[in-house]
Amino acid sequence: MQLLAFVITAAVAVAAAVMVVAEKNAVHAALYLILNIVSLAFLYISLGAEFVGAVQVIVYAGAIMVLFLYVVMFSGAAATPDSRDRLAWQKRIAVGGGLILVALMVRVLKFGGPRPSAVSSADGSPANIGSLLFTTYALPFEVASLLLLVAMVGAIVLAKGRRE
Amino acid sequence: MMEKIPANYCLLLSAVLFATGVVGVLTRRNAVLIFMSIEIMLNAVNLSFVTFAREQGSLHGQVAALFVIAVAAAEVAVGLSIIVAVFRGKETVDVDEINLMKW
Repeated sequence: MQLLAFVITAAVAVAAAVMVVAEKNAVHAALYLILNIVSLAFLYISLGAEFVGAVQVIVYAGAIMVLFLYVVMFSGAAATPDSRDRLAWQKRIAVGGGLILVALMVRVLKFGGPRPSAVSSADGSPANIGSLLFTTYALPFEVASLLLLVAMVGAIVLAKGRRE
Repeated sequence: MMEKIPANYCLLLSAVLFATGVVGVLTRRNAVLIFMSIEIMLNAVNLSFVTFAREQGSLHGQVAALFVIAVAAAEVAVGLSIIVAVFRGKETVDVDEINLMKW
C-alpha cells in the first residue's frame, strides 16, 4: 500500500521535473515545479519528516514560487522562446550526460559499500527538530538568519535600480 | 506498522531528479528556467538527506534539509533580483545574450 503510494508520488515528481525542463512556457514550467515540490513534500511526510514536508510546502510552494512567478511575469520570460543552439548537438549531449550521471549514481548505490545502521530513533516532529536546532545547531541557525537578512537587503538593492 | 519504503528507491528517485535538473541547466537558455532546474536539484538532494535521516534514525539529516531550504530561499531572492536587474538593462533573460563580461 505504502509502496504503491510511493510509486505514484515518485512518478508524478519525475514527470513534473521533466516537464519543467521541457516546457516552453515559463509560467507552465513554474506550475509544474510547484507540482514537483508538493509531491516531494508528500514523500518527506511518508518518510517521517513531517516538519520538513510542511516547511517545504510553505517556503517553496508558498514563498519561492511566488517570487518565481513574479519575475516570470515581470520580465516577459513566459513569451521568450529559447534561442537557437550555438553548439550543435547541445541538447543531445546534455541528455546523454544526464543519463550517464544517473548510471553512475545507480552504480554507487549498488556497490557503494555498507551504510551505517540506525543509531537511534526520533520522529520528525517540530518539538524534536526545534530542540535540535536550538542546541546542537544553534550557531548555524543564527548564521542562516544572518544569511537571510543579507539576502533580503541584497535583493532589494539589486532590484531597486538607479533612480535619477 | 506499515512496511517501510526501501531507502534505495528514494535514493534512485533522488538521482533521477538530480540528473533532470542537471539536464535542465545544460539545455535551457532562459535564466529563470535555469533557476527552476537548480531548485529541482536542491530538492533532489533534500530527498537524499531525509532518506538518510530515516535510515539513521536521527534528525540531523532533516535539520540539514531545513538549512538547504533556508539557503535556497536566500539564493532565489538574490538570483531573481539579479535577473530583474539584467532584464532592466538588456531587455532579455536569455543567457546567450548576456555576454557583457565575456572577453
